[in-house]
Amino acid sequence: MAYAIEAADLVKVFGHAVRALDGLNLEVEAGTVLGLLGPNGAGKTTAVRVFTTVLRPDSGRARVLGLDVATDAEAVRANIGLAGQNAAVDERLTARENLRLIGQLSQVGRREAVRRGEQLIARFQLEEVANRPAKTYSGGQRRRLDVAASLVARPPVLFLDEPTTGLDPQSRSDLWQTIEELVSEGTTVLLTTQYLEEADRLAQQVAVVDHGKVIAEGTPAQLKARMGATVLDLEMADEAEAQKASDVLSRLTEQPPVVQGRAVEVNVDDGARFVSRALTALEQAALVPAHLSLREPSLDDVFLALTGRRAEEVS
Amino acid sequence: MSATTAVALPALRAPGRRSGVVRALVDGLAVTERNLIGYTRTPEALFFLAVQPIMFVLLFRYVFGGAIKIPGFNYVNYMMPGIFVQTVAFGSVSTSVGLAEDLHKGLIERFRALPMARSAVLAGRTVADVCRNLFVIVIMTAIGFAVGFRPASALGFFGAVGVLVLWAFAMSWGFAIIGLSAPDSETAQVMSFPAIFPLTFASSAFVPIATMPGWLQAFARHQPMSNVIDAARALMLGGPTAGKVAAALAWSVGVLVVLAPLAVLRYRRTA
Repeated sequence: MAYAIEAADLVKVFGHAVRALDGLNLEVEAGTVLGLLGPNGAGKTTAVRVFTTVLRPDSGRARVLGLDVATDAEAVRANIGLAGQNAAVDERLTARENLRLIGQLSQVGRREAVRRGEQLIARFQLEEVANRPAKTYSGGQRRRLDVAASLVARPPVLFLDEPTTGLDPQSRSDLWQTIEELVSEGTTVLLTTQYLEEADRLAQQVAVVDHGKVIAEGTPAQLKARMGATVLDLEMADEAEAQKASDVLSRLTEQPPVVQGRAVEVNVDDGARFVSRALTALEQAALVPAHLSLREPSLDDVFLALTGRRAEEVS
Repeated sequence: MSATTAVALPALRAPGRRSGVVRALVDGLAVTERNLIGYTRTPEALFFLAVQPIMFVLLFRYVFGGAIKIPGFNYVNYMMPGIFVQTVAFGSVSTSVGLAEDLHKGLIERFRALPMARSAVLAGRTVADVCRNLFVIVIMTAIGFAVGFRPASALGFFGAVGVLVLWAFAMSWGFAIIGLSAPDSETAQVMSFPAIFPLTFASSAFVPIATMPGWLQAFARHQPMSNVIDAARALMLGGPTAGKVAAALAWSVGVLVVLAPLAVLRYRRTA
């Protein structure tokens, strides 16, 4: 079957050494969301720029709705929307003017661009600021305008590059809802994110990217199952005790605990039950944690589980 | 992934019904409008944009003017065409600054993903900068009249404005290339001045070329800006015009024909 978005062995090298994309492969079914998950510098934005015809790949193939981005760029542009960290709106223009401009340049005609602009202003709750220059907007308002601008053309395929980075929780959740509405209307979305929680909420499929290639993919549930559904964080009195605690806990889990200073981190499948077993085992070894918490795994944890190193350490 | 439900791809949209030329014009106009609106959003910038040429007029009229004697000319009439050309030339530098800003703020990234004419971002910028230059010319004309500038005929004056605006438009495309190559907008500005400075001052703008040393005369006499200044001066002050205007137009069209496609090529390759 044909995919709405697909990449085969995509390579993009900057300068001589920086392999931003190093054989990226992915496929997105029409009407679904793919979450491209990875730390800064993993190649997510470069992938988006190749799919949106902004950058030409050095080798490999990228297609959108079956159209090759290298040879059919013009046709690809007529079928996509782009919003994200690198694609900005004009700060001197108002929301109305920005949406009209993007609509006109998307070939929908001036009158239609104005009409759709009004609808988007209402949908993204920008009425109150619609006649003010965008430079006066809050971060959330600006991001909403940015996403609105990507929708004026009503594109069947949407690329959102870290759409919620830097947003407050309310704006983030509003934007998630909007994305879900778009998908229910049939839009295909490729979304890059640094937040596992975001991929979990929105994406049917997640691809974890590192050094320009996909290192793991699957549904959010599969991904979490691979690394344990929850993370237990322990803080011991000193480093020696942390090491001892790690030794004790390693007998209880498949994945070895990770020790960093006084902190011990364990990925587990069944958090609550594991906590009581862990505490019992620690008590028998005369170890008492100074602090203990259970949390959802983060991108950092996914990375640690998949690559054995932390996301921040990726250069 | 093992998809069992084959979801059909949505129907493809055509890139647009308009022909290439019509789309280039319509898109270029939309971007021009955007840039003009942008200019009105910073009235302070427009104000100081007008102040600088006014100061140049006053500087050459009252500070240097007394010391410069040009046989056969009232100096205010001699210098005004020069200051006009200098002003539009400096004005065309804003093309490089504006494009560098669009590039580094991420606007061009968005434009590049839109099904719009590839020339529109540059055409919209250069045409808006022509409008900006016309605004400055109106103000300079008023201040010129106030300090004693008297063109020989209205027709000649407007003809001269046409010649110098065309030249500024041609130069804008060169500055577009600089703007797309500069690491940021401040650098775009300082990168532009080494190009504009010798052309403006090693010219017939403020003093007769015959007063310069021989090696400089060779450059000053044959460089395009002197040709444009001589044409503007002949049109504004009277005298034989045909040959000078032809030379100025030839330079402007020549520069435009070479630099505009190069700028569009640069835009296509800018990532």
